[in-house]
Amino acid sequence: MALVLMAVPRENRAVFRWGAILATLGSLVLALFVFAKFAPANDPTSINHGYAFVQTAEWIPSLGISFHIGVDGVSVLLVLMAAIVAFAAACCASGIKAREKEFSILLLLMTGGILGAFMALDIFLMYFLHELALIPTFIMIGVWGRGENREFAAYKMTLYLSLGALLALVGLIMIYLHYETFNLPEIIHAAQTNPMTTGQQGLVFALLMFGLGILVGLWPFHTWAPLAYSAAPTATAMMHAGVIKKFGLFMLIRVALPILPDGAQQWLPVLAWLCLGNLLYCGLVAMRQRDLNGLIGNSSVAHMGFVFLGIASMTLIGLTGAVMVMVAHGLLAALAFALSGHLHQQARTLDMDKLGGLLTVMPFWGTLLLMALLAGCGLPGFANFAGEITVFFGAWKTLPLITGIAAWAALVIGAVYMLRAARQLLHGPRADDAPRTQDIPGWHKLPFILLLGALLLFGFAPKLLTNKIETAHESLKSIVELYHKK
Amino acid sequence: MNLSLINIEIGAALLGVLVLLAGLWTPPARRSMLGFCTAIGLTIMLALLVKQGMAVESLKDASGGYVRDGLAVFFKALFLLAGILVTLLTMGFANRLRTGGAEVYALNCFALCGMLFAASANSFVMLFVAIELITITFYVLTSLQSHRLRSLEAGIKYLILGAAASAIMVFGIALIYGSAHTLQFNLIADGLAAGHMKQLLLFQLGALLLLAGLAFKIAAVPFQIWAPDVYQGAPAPVTAFLAIGSKAAGFVLLLRVLYSAFQVQPDGPRLLEPIALLSVMAAATILFGSLCALRQRNLKRLLGYASIASAGYALLGIVALNERGAAAVLVYLAGYLFAIIAAFTVISILTPDDEDEDLSILANLHKRSPLMAVALTLAVASLAGIPPLAGFLGKFLLLRAVIEPAATFPWLVAVALLGVVASLYYYFGIIREIFWGSGQWWTEKTPETGAIKLADSQVVVLVVCLLGMLTLGVYPEPVLKLANEAVRVLQLAN
Repeated sequence: MALVLMAVPRENRAVFRWGAILATLGSLVLALFVFAKFAPANDPTSINHGYAFVQTAEWIPSLGISFHIGVDGVSVLLVLMAAIVAFAAACCASGIKAREKEFSILLLLMTGGILGAFMALDIFLMYFLHELALIPTFIMIGVWGRGENREFAAYKMTLYLSLGALLALVGLIMIYLHYETFNLPEIIHAAQTNPMTTGQQGLVFALLMFGLGILVGLWPFHTWAPLAYSAAPTATAMMHAGVIKKFGLFMLIRVALPILPDGAQQWLPVLAWLCLGNLLYCGLVAMRQRDLNGLIGNSSVAHMGFVFLGIASMTLIGLTGAVMVMVAHGLLAALAFALSGHLHQQARTLDMDKLGGLLTVMPFWGTLLLMALLAGCGLPGFANFAGEITVFFGAWKTLPLITGIAAWAALVIGAVYMLRAARQLLHGPRADDAPRTQDIPGWHKLPFILLLGALLLFGFAPKLLTNKIETAHESLKSIVELYHKK
Repeated sequence: MNLSLINIEIGAALLGVLVLLAGLWTPPARRSMLGFCTAIGLTIMLALLVKQGMAVESLKDASGGYVRDGLAVFFKALFLLAGILVTLLTMGFANRLRTGGAEVYALNCFALCGMLFAASANSFVMLFVAIELITITFYVLTSLQSHRLRSLEAGIKYLILGAAASAIMVFGIALIYGSAHTLQFNLIADGLAAGHMKQLLLFQLGALLLLAGLAFKIAAVPFQIWAPDVYQGAPAPVTAFLAIGSKAAGFVLLLRVLYSAFQVQPDGPRLLEPIALLSVMAAATILFGSLCALRQRNLKRLLGYASIASAGYALLGIVALNERGAAAVLVYLAGYLFAIIAAFTVISILTPDDEDEDLSILANLHKRSPLMAVALTLAVASLAGIPPLAGFLGKFLLLRAVIEPAATFPWLVAVALLGVVASLYYYFGIIREIFWGSGQWWTEKTPETGAIKLADSQVVVLVVCLLGMLTLGVYPEPVLKLANEAVRVLQLAN
């Protein structure tokens, strides 16, 4: 789709904006179709057991790489979430006034890349498409970013994420060298009969855990994230924080856990403690933020702690919860960044000290922000609550101490900074020199409503999510069993 | 001797002589026609080579010093492609050379002829002659811009150091001959396998000196000193040819010498163990190139350091000691060809003669010439190894070859990763300068904004390079197959 846009001349500005919106709408419709029609192959003997919509084409046969895609119960949710966020991001990209053509192309490249990465069943293809989605992020922050230190942010992010991706690549190559194929279902199948040795598994798992951890913002490798998000243009921040960042977690669940049960055994206790770093440290940092984007960025890193906790718990419920949090947080992060992006567009600042009483001037925006902040605290009714509570249920069984601390951190610290932000921004007196701001006009409300609607829908009917994840239970269960068998 | 075996080489040499002669009767205004004719001639030769196809069985001449097998054909195609692109690139540059006009094309042809021979060398005589043909031609080419002091300086530096390297290498060859009593690669291998070698220490010393000479060609640490100076001083088209042609020649010879002659294999005769040495060299080369490039602001010099680092990566493939590694070197060099020629095309158009090639000349490039901005951006992205470009595939294959659980050293992988991350820093510095550079911020001169007009030949080169980088990155299957076929002659373990 991006290729089609490139052919359209630059003068025609509206074409790009609408082209991007229509293209992402197309992806959304397709994703909804996939979501609705999702029926995994139920044939335990087949290699495609548990997957649906499997497509294969030769790509680089001499390296054992093929264009192999399909979805299972986990990825179908992430694909839907990614498509919703991509559509919302394309709608929110109207703030971009310079070089719309390039921006739209990059945005679509990103969308296509990450949707493909979630669907890929070939490890190389997965990595390749993820990189394809990641690189536009750097360019977008550098070119269209805001703030004084956008170049520094772009630089730092590039170096961190490239290092993470490289470490993960080394791990993947080691897996490939052992199994001589990049085909994921085949590798998982082979891993049960022909596992790597314990030492190898430990090494590969560490490479994947830390490599992918850097991509996700695992403490203490998270420092790129708040910086990059506060410098990124709205649509980019929505896409990256909401969707692309989830890829690291997805790959951890999809590749590392089933193939490397011994490695997981060695490293997951470490991960469990590191995720406390995310929850506590980043939560505390978020408390001190005066800048709204800094706050959202840090809280988004903190929320990743839940997913890591769910993974580290290694129970079926914990993993289910982790996937739910991934979906919920993707929607929430996109919503939060879209809201702060609107505020920045109106007020030219996100400094919470300079703003106040916005609820009276921008009632629609204010209500949405309040909802988003409450969802961030984990208020029942939002998808985040459903996911987080499931993670806690799962983790309580295996990691009671850490879960206790985490619950405290999540609830108390999260509530403190979220509610403080709400008080500061929405209520309180308006400063005399406060910038003039306007509410979100007309159809621009659509993406916000869509994101919030999805959050509420999945919050009130988490069964929509768990139903799909259940179809993947068999593979998740075998992961858990393998892990506990040792 | 069967002359049809070396028809391509004869063609290249003849073409050079013809161009030189034709230059005598061509009025200066029409000299660029010569370049055009040279490019056409080389294209015909490439077509001929492709038509003859991959040699399934290797053909040798009677004396056994020359071999034409898959490896040779792969590299010959690589060299011819580089020759064509560099000739086209030189056409846009020729009026800045201020000397003749025909010589530069003729010299390119002669250097190319040397490279073609290097691809087929099967004895140390052929190796030495080919290398000398390449190197001596490049002494002249480097100092061709005789009105520029830097160009002359680079020529002298290259001459002195190159001559020293040649002397060392020829001494090494003499020692090898002294102990093995033959100069042919396969006979030496047979001798080693049978244990006929008498003065083993002499042989090992000779091999060491020979490797030093080859390391000079590919600019590996500790023989890299010349590279930044020469890259900076030489005219940009010459630098491009030097960066890809001379380096690739060094690598094909290294592959042949190590694997065909010395039979360096994990389970081969353990007379020589240069792998530990080579891995230290690879690591040092990557580190040196990457660290020196970090703070470099001179564009050509930066690419000089970067090319040192690239040589280090390619050495990884040799250290791996398997077919995958050797094939990875081939694919990496093919990707490197497009990236480096695209980069130097842009540099040759941009850099003024009388000033330093500071990074600030790139400012506003995306407004002055979008094609050049895109080409340079993708070229450095490919050099940095970013998918979906050719460089990613090359680095991926090299890493894959070197992360073999048993045979190699984990610290080498760590150093390579470090180098890749550092390379992102300096390559992205170039990209930043293109899009967000503010020119010479220290002189308050506003950067140029006038559009740049490209000659047709330059547009062709850039477009070919762009297509090459993307094709190799997205659909590498044909090249991979060729490379896998090509390295089969080395008889390595899988």
